[in-house]
Formats: sequence, C-alpha cells, structure tokens
Amino acid sequence: MTATIATTFLGVPLGMALFVAVLAIALLGYVMARGRVMARAGGDARVLHSLPNYYGMTAAMFAAVPALGVLLIWLLAQPTVVQNAVLPLIPADKIDSVGTQSLILSDVRRVADGLDIALSQGALTRADIAAMADDPSALRATLGEVGVALGSEVEPFVLAAAQKSRALNGQGRFWMAAAVLLIALAGLALAVRAADPDFRARNIVERGILVLLIVAASLAILTTVGIVLSMLFESINFFRLHDWKDFFLGPKWAPNFRGDSDLSILPLLWGTLYISIIALLVAVPIGLFSAIYLSEYAGPKLRGIAKPLLEILAGIPTIVYGLFALLTVGPALVRLFGRGEDGILGVEWMSGATSVLTAGLVMGIMLIPFVSSLSDDIINAVPQSLRDGSFGLGATHSETVRQVILPAALPGIVGAVLLAASRAIGETMIVVLGAGAIARVSVNPLEAMTTITTRIVSQLTGDTDFASPETLVAFALGLTLFVLTLGLNVLALYIVRKYREQYE
Amino acid sequence: MRDNIISEKDVMQNQTAHPAKIAARNVQVYYGDTHAIKDVNVDIEANTVTAFIGPSGCGKSTFLRCINRMNDTIDVCRVEGDIRIDGEDIYDRKVDPVQLRAKVGMVFQKPNPFPKSIYDNVAYGPRIHGLARNKAELDDIVEKALRRGAIWNEVKDRLHAPGTGLSGGQQQRLCIARAVATEPEVLLMDEPCSALDPIATAQVEELIDELRQSYSVVIVTHSMQQAARVSQKTAFFHLGNLVEFGETDKIFTAPEDPRTESYITGRIG
Repeated sequence: MTATIATTFLGVPLGMALFVAVLAIALLGYVMARGRVMARAGGDARVLHSLPNYYGMTAAMFAAVPALGVLLIWLLAQPTVVQNAVLPLIPADKIDSVGTQSLILSDVRRVADGLDIALSQGALTRADIAAMADDPSALRATLGEVGVALGSEVEPFVLAAAQKSRALNGQGRFWMAAAVLLIALAGLALAVRAADPDFRARNIVERGILVLLIVAASLAILTTVGIVLSMLFESINFFRLHDWKDFFLGPKWAPNFRGDSDLSILPLLWGTLYISIIALLVAVPIGLFSAIYLSEYAGPKLRGIAKPLLEILAGIPTIVYGLFALLTVGPALVRLFGRGEDGILGVEWMSGATSVLTAGLVMGIMLIPFVSSLSDDIINAVPQSLRDGSFGLGATHSETVRQVILPAALPGIVGAVLLAASRAIGETMIVVLGAGAIARVSVNPLEAMTTITTRIVSQLTGDTDFASPETLVAFALGLTLFVLTLGLNVLALYIVRKYREQYE
Repeated sequence: MRDNIISEKDVMQNQTAHPAKIAARNVQVYYGDTHAIKDVNVDIEANTVTAFIGPSGCGKSTFLRCINRMNDTIDVCRVEGDIRIDGEDIYDRKVDPVQLRAKVGMVFQKPNPFPKSIYDNVAYGPRIHGLARNKAELDDIVEKALRRGAIWNEVKDRLHAPGTGLSGGQQQRLCIARAVATEPEVLLMDEPCSALDPIATAQVEELIDELRQSYSVVIVTHSMQQAARVSQKTAFFHLGNLVEFGETDKIFTAPEDPRTESYITGRIG
C-alpha cells in the first residue's frame, strides 16, 4: 500500500498547514507543561526552580524546534530526491547535454504540477490520465485550459516521469507530515513529562535563546560568505572565457555582444577613483569643518537641531541624489562651463550634463553627513582633559582644535574618510545618472566617464546570456569592487580601533 | 578669644606689609541654580604654597578654576565678585582670558600630556604665545622648563618620544614643566598627585616646594598630610564657604573653627 497525500490541506499548502499544526502543538505543550508543573507544586510558584512560564516555554521549544527543523530540511531535500528517482525514466538518447537534461526535468515538473491542478479542478480524472499514457498529445491542450502552458507536445516518457514524480511526491508529503507531527508530539510529551518543580526550565530556555542568537549571527556571516563564493565562481567562469591580462591590464573597455570584446577594468577603475576623489574633496573639508563646529563651538540647542538635520542628508535615497545630479547640478555646470557665448564664463568646455564633476559634487554632498557624523563622534571622544590642558596654557579655541584635538582625533578621522571613500567607490545610482556611460581615461573633470558600478548595471540589464564573457564580466567587476572596498574598510576599522585603544 | 582677634590683626598687618599676589573678595559662583561658592574672601601671597583642603564637592576646585577663568569654558557657570592679581581685576572686560591663562598656569588632577612628543608638549605654550624668536631659544626654554619640572634627566635623550608613553608620575611632571614653560606668575594645581603612586607623589611634592622660589603656588588636595607637608598657608572649604584660612601649622594644630577641627580629625568629610 502506498500512502499519499494531496499538495494542499483545506486549501493551504501542506507545508504551511504543518507549520500551523506544529505551532498549535507547541502552544498546547506550553499550556500543559505550565499547568502540570503548577499542579505538582500545589499551586505555589515559589517552590518551583523557575517561573511557571519557563516550563511552558521549554515544552513549546521542545515541541516546535526539532519538528520545524525536520520540516524545513524535508521541504528543501524532497525535490532533489524525487528528481534523482525520476531521472532513470528518461531515455538516455534524449539527454545530450546538461542543458537539455534540465529542460526535460523542468518539463516533467510542469506536467506534474499541471496534472495536479487539472485533477483538483476536475478537468481530468485519474482514468483519463491512465488512458493517455501511450499517446499524451492531447495533454498539452488540456493543461493549457487550466492555465499551465507547455512549450512542446508532451512525450510519453515525460508523462510517465511526471506520474512517477507525482506519486513519489505524494508519498514524500505523507511521510513528511507523519514525521513532523510525530516529532512535535514526542517533544511535547518529553517536555511535559519533565515538567517537575526541580526541573531547571529557566536554564534550558536560556540555552535556547543562546542558540537562537548564534544561529542569527552565523546566518549573517554565512550569507556574506555565500555572496563572495557565488561571485568568485562566476568570476572564475569569466576568466575561463576571457584573458585575465586584458581584464586587469588592457587599455580599453568596449563590450560587444557579438563577441571579441575589449573588457578592461582600468578605464572603469580610473573613472571610479576620479569621481571618488572629487567626492572626497567636497565631503572631507565640509564634513570635517561642520563636525568641528558642531562638536566644539555649537551650543547644545543648536547642536540638537543641526545634527539631526545634517543626518537627514544621510537618509535621502541615492536615486534622489542621482536625479539632483542629472536635473540640477549637471545643467548648472553646463551653464557655467559650456554653451559658448551664452554660458556664464563664455567657454565651450562642457556639452552634456553628465560628467565626472557632476557625479563627484553630488556624491560629495551625499558623503558630507557620513564624514561629519563619524568625525563628530571621534572629536567628542577626545578627552576633555586635553582641552582643559590646552586652555590652561592660554591657547584659544581654534589653536586648541588645530594643535591638540585634531592631531589626537586624526587616526579616527582618517578611518572615517576611508569608510567614506569605500562608500564613494561602491556608490551606484548617482554615477548611473550623473557620470555618463563612456569609458575613457582622461583628466578633464568636465567629460563624461563611467565607473565600475555603472558598467555592472549596464552589463546585467536587458536580455542577458549568462554564458558570455560580456555578462560574466559583471561578476569579475563586482568582485574587484568588493575586494577594493573590503580592503579600505578593513584598513579604516584597523585605524579606528587602534585609535580607540589609546583613550579607553 | 582675645588672642584670636590679636592674631587676626597681625595677619592683616602682615598682608599690608606684603601685598597679596591674588586677592579675592566676595566671590560667588553659581552652576545654573546651584550656589557653589559663597562669599569667599582670600589673599594668596607670592612665593608661598597655599593649599585648599575640604571634603569632596566643597567648591575648592571650582574656586581654583576661577583664578584662571577656566570656568568660562563651562556654559552654566557664573562668577560674581572680585578677584585681583597684582591689583588687576581678572574679570574685567579688558582682560583677555587667554592671556590671563598664560600668566596663571594650571596642572590638572589627571596627567594630560598632549598626543605629541615630549618636546612639543613643553614647546606648545611658548609657541602659541610666541615666546621664542628661533629654534635655539625654544630649545632653551624647553630645557629650562623640563629642568624645573625635575624631569630633564629622565627625558633628555628621548625628547621626541611621545609624551603619552611616559609613566604616570613622569607625565605629571611633564605637565608641570609644560605649565612653567610659559613663565606664569601663579601655578594652580588641582589635586596633582591623586593619580600618582607614593614615590611619584613624593617627587612632585618636592618639585612643588622648589617651584615656590619663583611662583605663587595654589594646590587643591584631598590629602591633609600633603597639605601639611607642602604648604605654608591652608584654606579649609566646606559646603562652598571658606571656613578658615591661615598658616598651615596653625590650621592643623590649633584650628579656630569647630568644622575645621572636625574635618582634620576625620569626623566630617
């Protein structure tokens, strides 16, 4: 006998239904364990090792955590297992490459899903399907009627594979439901039985919380590792197709979707660094001076108003800065440096609104709050005793700032500037809209140039074929960018930390 | 009682004979609404060490900071009354607090060398006040100050090492050297030994006694032994009042006010 179960239960997907059922069991466990331990204690919570709620929580934890873990793993693993079981049904001569195999397997999945839907809607009966086993050509039309479009006629082996996959999935779902519910109930029974006044439920809950926190922390780190690895693999694919010497040392960036492109990072790196340097030239003096004013001179009232206002700048989405660059700053620069006789300076140096200067200026504005807020914290961390010492020697306020406070805060400020630089290098929207799309190496800041980030965007938008070097180059660019900003961040954090040790 | 009156008269005569370096009259200090210093009158003489003693929060440091107008840097602080140095009212509009602080040096509770070299720490004051015409003169000033700070022998071979790398006692002597480098007339010390070990304390105390030759030194201290060891005059502050002021020997052996006696015998504080 093979036990199977439908994909849905009372109209909700089975996984969801099981999840709710496990939560219900956990709630039941909470109530039962709490009630049992109170009964054993004779209604006096003072004789318990832990507060009554902890017994309830322990039972809920025991019921829910292992069951939900099994549910999650099963849901993730079942498709792979079923797929491997179905594979032998596909004739070997139909599979000539990895690509066609995955196409056939996805056909099998779609047919299987279509059959499920058609059965549940009554468009087909089990007998109909059995009758079609040898000649399933009518199936395409039928499935089309219930909303499952197929790319080609259904071949007999596909239908057979689909049927097998349905059967296996049905069994899998049944055993999954059984296992999950059983584990939940076992956990519940175990915890409720253990609910004794001497049981150290509080310590168990504490452990549970610790595990939860560790899982959250490792998920964050693992995600980063995953991102890096995926970029790394795609980059390796790219370097298989394209010469690494051209990428790192070549002179030209000229992607060509017919193939044979020049894909060198150097012009892009130059654009990126040039724009970042202009941005820092804007952001560092303004940000630093405003930080000095706010932390050293401004009264508490003004500081209370000005600091949040400045930090609002940090909350503006960068696409809005991009619009500002394209629609306000760019045209203003053109009026100043371009238009020949009609321009303000009467020169013809700049023709389009997009330029290195446009993007650099606006990016600098974006970075001001970043630099100022970090520098402000660092200046505030300089001990008051140093200020007193300087004032006590008859130094004025600005002498104190220049000769004592800034030198003391310098490592931290350098760290802040490096962090700002790494943001500038990774910034995308402002340069997409403000910097232009022409890859070139030039020192004229009024010309349009392009950056690594904008090229990643343009290589990946539109119709892309993930096997061509023109697309894969985006990953190599991204990885280079990542390494660059990571290096800057590590350096900045190292400097900031070294500085902190000095005073704390 | 009669003896006391006579002795007070003697003191008054003494003061007219040697005009006070610093004369404070009816000084009141407010922190916001708190009345921190109440009606303090005191005369501090040249070439003496004057100790301010009293329990924590009694206002002795606050009063010390009035003498070089360091309280100006605190927004909520308000000073009333009259403090004169050599007859000149230091709270007069004409007086620039920055100039005043060059004349009235200060050493703080915690050693606070700047994150610069030993040389630059000492040269800081002379540089900002333009006391040296050239490098040789500056070298001279630095050496003289370090010698007066009794630390020259320990640091002469590493003048360009960072000042923050010295030990606590050395740092404090460096700070004293830094303060005397601007040629002040008065040296204010706010618990200069509270962060130091007994050996460093002894060195600094010895130094204070030497500094008396050239300056008028005012020292705030929590240690009554220290006050007795280094000072010639002692002022006892309590709850913002100057309770008693006189010769150190007399304050510690025959205090007039019962509060002074309670404090030095350890019953209040």
